Amino acid sequence: MTTAGARLDRVYRRGERRRLALVGAATLTLAAVALVDLATGPSALGPAALLSALGAGPAGPDRLAATILWQLRLPTTLMGVLVGASLGIAGLQMQTILANPLASPFTLGFSAAAGFGAALAITFGGALPVAGWLLAPASAFAMTLIACGLVYLVARLRGASPEILVLGGIAVLFLFQALQSMLQYLASPEVLQQIVFWLFGSLLKATWTSVAVLAGILALVVPILARDAWRLTALRLGDANARSLGVAVERLRRRTFVAVALLTAGAVAFVGTIGFIGLVAPHAARALAGEDQRTLMPLAALIGAIVLVGASVVAKTLSPGAAVPVGIVTAVVGVPILFALVFRRGAGGWG
Amino acid sequence: MARGGRVVVDRVSASIAGGGITAVVGPNGAGKSSLLAAVAGVLPHGGTVTLSGHPVAPDEIGYLPQAAAVRASLTVLEVVLLGRLERLGWRLGREDLALAVEALEVLDLTHLAETRIDSLSGGQQQLVLLAQRLVRRPRLLLLDEPTSALDLSRQLLVLERLQDHARATGTVVVIAIHDLSLAARYAGLLVLLKQGALTGIGTPAEVLTVSAIRRGYAVEAEVLRTRLGHPVIAPLRNAGIPPVD
Repeated sequence: MTTAGARLDRVYRRGERRRLALVGAATLTLAAVALVDLATGPSALGPAALLSALGAGPAGPDRLAATILWQLRLPTTLMGVLVGASLGIAGLQMQTILANPLASPFTLGFSAAAGFGAALAITFGGALPVAGWLLAPASAFAMTLIACGLVYLVARLRGASPEILVLGGIAVLFLFQALQSMLQYLASPEVLQQIVFWLFGSLLKATWTSVAVLAGILALVVPILARDAWRLTALRLGDANARSLGVAVERLRRRTFVAVALLTAGAVAFVGTIGFIGLVAPHAARALAGEDQRTLMPLAALIGAIVLVGASVVAKTLSPGAAVPVGIVTAVVGVPILFALVFRRGAGGWG
Repeated sequence: MARGGRVVVDRVSASIAGGGITAVVGPNGAGKSSLLAAVAGVLPHGGTVTLSGHPVAPDEIGYLPQAAAVRASLTVLEVVLLGRLERLGWRLGREDLALAVEALEVLDLTHLAETRIDSLSGGQQQLVLLAQRLVRRPRLLLLDEPTSALDLSRQLLVLERLQDHARATGTVVVIAIHDLSLAARYAGLLVLLKQGALTGIGTPAEVLTVSAIRRGYAVEAEVLRTRLGHPVIAPLRNAGIPPVD
């Protein structure tokens, strides 16, 4: 290799190491924010008590601390991490396959479908012999997958171009929004209140079951996306270029679309609609690390998790007793971040 | 071969030797792009493509579609690396980087390696995407108007480098191109298409006659000779626009 070549080799490796260091720093930040989140709550649990309760396990000697930590706070915090990561990845890949910086996990009607599913369960679920806490998430999850199936069918029949996906998705969005509005219109005031409460995203709905389900979905989907990392990077060069490099563009787009639907359904079904993270986390990650998916995807996941858990801390600190729904806080916290990014770099690759 | 339910290229058949440039020329809508895309395996077709006697494999092909702006925040080096997509692992090998650097050097792009591709001009992007194809070490290089956005100096640079590359490696290089004089200067074999059919094939001097240009393009032109003996097309007037299908 020539001297210029050797220099470029060094420069590239240095860039790789820098991006790896970013992922490491984000991991440490997430760990720190998660610990702060665990330490924040209505009942005071000092750092020492927190760490000893964490070390003692769910059957620790201090029953009160063990219960608070293992039954209440840990599932909430872990769910925050998992939901944030899921939405970060889902948003990133939605932007990738739709070639659109405005895309988020909810662009193609997924949140509307989940909301309708939950509203349906809350309205009519009383008649079924299933526990309410399980029925609403299950119904929201199923409805999200139905919405995904509808869009997928359109993409199958008409070709999976970004335009077809967006048109199909917007049709689905309006359909489910209309259905949900109808349920709200017909509902009694008590039921209406429950529906509205569900629609506000809140991590307080988290349980160990929801943590396990979402972790399972991530474990299933992330390896598939990771295997496609280079192909997804190449897709950013445009369909014609990617195709000429041997990428089966339509199949990749459909496969990724299903992955995004699963991640979104899992994230939304248990905690309700938490917007904005899926939009802001990918842009932040892209501005920091460029578009190489090998680092972009983990970074989008980590930033999504940091923002959501951070918002949870803010929510708990603002109103110690009442706990403002974190879905509201993420938008308020996320908007300045997004603005800062837009002004600094012109929204990553789309500036 | 059909596109949008319409047959656009029909029964075009040619046998092409490696080691030089073959230029596909013809008026707009003649089927140049469709022919290249079909040979590249990107457009479905009912024909066959063989390379030294065996059906051509996808990883033997380097196909560059017509230029479209790239808006990714990837560096030039990262873009060129993606040319080896099928072989890239989670960790980049030494060889991947070495090949990418080499391709950049061939096209005089080394100084842009760390620049983001979305900040480059259309012509520079075109060169980067060409380097991306070279990195694949293709045995069959199919380039759809690779010089359309380039200045005169870079047009000649690209065609000269392609000619050298073809000679040195025996690669089959096929380009679709509008500039007949440029095609005549560098191509060993010229393929003239009109309305999806082959209307001329041979050396530039054989194909580019006054009557062929009148029939193909409805243009009155003189065919001159350069000092090197290559034909040059000097257009005189348009004799009516040929049908665009």
